[in-house]
Amino acid sequence: MINQILQGVMLGGYYALIACGLAFMFSVMRIINLAHGSLAVASAYLIFVLTEKAKLPLAAGFVIAMIAMAIVGWLIQRLILDRSARGGQLLPILSTFGLSMVIDNSLFEQFGADTRSLANAIGDLSWASWELPGGIYLGKLPVLIFATAVVLLASLQLMLSHTTLGRAIRATAEDPDTAGLMGIDAAKVNAAAAAIAMVTVTIAGMFLAMRATFEPYSGAPQLLFAFEAAVIGGAGSLWGTLIGGIVLGIAQTVGASLHPLGFLIAGHAVFLVILLARLFLPDLGLLPAKLLNRTKFLYRGDAA
Amino acid sequence: MSLDTIDSLPNAGSVERWTRSSRMAVWGSMIVLVGLAFVPAAFGAGAVDRMTALFIYVIMAAMWNALAGFGGLVSVGQQVFFGLGAYFTVRLADKGVDPFFSIVLAGVIVAAISYPLSFAMLRLKGGEFAIGMWVVSALTHLLVNLDGLIKGETGTSLISLNAYASGDRRAIIFWLALAAMAAILASLFVLLRSKTGAAIQAIRDNEEAAQALGVNVMGTKRLLFVLAAAGIGIAGALWLASATSFQPKTYFSVQWTAYMIFMVLVGGIGTFEGAILGALIFFVIETWFGSLGVWYLIGLGLVALIFSLFLPRGLWGAIENRFGISLMPVGYRLNLPAKITKEKAQRQGE
Repeated sequence: MINQILQGVMLGGYYALIACGLAFMFSVMRIINLAHGSLAVASAYLIFVLTEKAKLPLAAGFVIAMIAMAIVGWLIQRLILDRSARGGQLLPILSTFGLSMVIDNSLFEQFGADTRSLANAIGDLSWASWELPGGIYLGKLPVLIFATAVVLLASLQLMLSHTTLGRAIRATAEDPDTAGLMGIDAAKVNAAAAAIAMVTVTIAGMFLAMRATFEPYSGAPQLLFAFEAAVIGGAGSLWGTLIGGIVLGIAQTVGASLHPLGFLIAGHAVFLVILLARLFLPDLGLLPAKLLNRTKFLYRGDAA
Repeated sequence: MSLDTIDSLPNAGSVERWTRSSRMAVWGSMIVLVGLAFVPAAFGAGAVDRMTALFIYVIMAAMWNALAGFGGLVSVGQQVFFGLGAYFTVRLADKGVDPFFSIVLAGVIVAAISYPLSFAMLRLKGGEFAIGMWVVSALTHLLVNLDGLIKGETGTSLISLNAYASGDRRAIIFWLALAAMAAILASLFVLLRSKTGAAIQAIRDNEEAAQALGVNVMGTKRLLFVLAAAGIGIAGALWLASATSFQPKTYFSVQWTAYMIFMVLVGGIGTFEGAILGALIFFVIETWFGSLGVWYLIGLGLVALIFSLFLPRGLWGAIENRFGISLMPVGYRLNLPAKITKEKAQRQGE
């Protein structure tokens, strides 16, 4: 049991990585990007092509993919989200859903149904592990992913608290009109935020490709996991995604030990149970936020 | 200003629900529906099957539109009801219920399930509702896989249909689909013209304002949610009857929602006629390009994306804007006398 919980916590690190971009865009632009998972998978393919086909070292492939995805994020915000967000709250859902259909099926067209992985590129890291007392093995890759998640969340928070861009993003998230009066170009700030979100998506996509296999339609489950982690942790809270990811990860690893389908069932079920619990105990929804009050990166409404 | 005061204003126009063209359209569609009933007698098996598929598309488009276009609830998880409709049909037929009666009963069961579900899901807003429904669908898909009858992803078939000769079977499914489509469209039309319909359209236009005016927003949304669930459940059951095999992966696929979104976005979200137009367009596109496989799906996604950006009210919205036609009038039209219209035009011209 201790073993499963520990593995679940490590898995939570991956979910925090994939969820933080989704939560970030939601708290800044108030948009849930339904193409989020598909973009993560697209970046995994990009790194795969750069390392396996173009024979670049993994680090170089990752940096190129990160820059490319940041540009993609900028473009998506300028060309799609800016425009559809003006049409109300519902249109961005439809636009990003259409975008995800285009991405998924284009990947299928290009790469076919074969599952891929970056396991080759990382050598023995994919199976190396430390032995802990009690006969528990802790994989080095899961630990690396978890540590990356913590570092990424911390740097996002530092960026938001201490840089000019971070202040502009916070101001735009709080009140785009007033921010505009202060000389902040909301469209540019949102595009920068989307670019940053895509950098986090690239990191998540790379680790997805390292820790497991992926195929063109892997985007949908990644979106669901990201969404679940973000909502469990309290949507809009950065460190909340880590808590949400850990809860989701533990539920899945414990579920997997009970039944072959338990991994997915327990993950979805714990999400819905927490959602229901919040309806009857509204204070519960504020709990992660309260715990994180000191570190919460965005203060919305009365939380300030 | 109430409608009575408009009428009592000196020199004001008149308020009407029906126009000449809309009366003709309603009578025309009734004649078309009656005419369609004779299709199985006159056409071959292929045509009958395709028409059945078209009716199912119309039901799905109308139901997704009822939820998104009128209730303001965009769901990416409506395939849950499609899959459940098919699942309960298989389940009931396995227990010895007549397969055709199972279809109707499955719709009732799906509606009954959606009612308690609505209490949880309708608390979610916007995109959270959209993906939350998707999670519900993913979980339901997994749970259906646990049923021994279904044998996991291998699936099963509606074997009891074999008791009917294949020609009869095809005709009965066709008539059932036609009757279901007519009944669902008629009840939606009547609903939208009732007092609840006024509430629905008020919510569509501005939810906060509707709430402030005393509209029961939650109750109205719940009604639409349950109606959409029942309609899509019956659509899934009918699809199963015409395809006979049930694989959970196919029926709980997000593809169905993608089709619904495409039909409603292209046809015209929030208009009664738009969903029907969208289903017709989708049907034609599928017939012509469906064989292109993945390129066809890329095209659908791209068209949906483009419509959401540049023509968010869809083709019917554009037609309505430009020509002021309304074939299935669910609102009221105000006919201003020529003088006022002219003055207004002058003011706008200045």
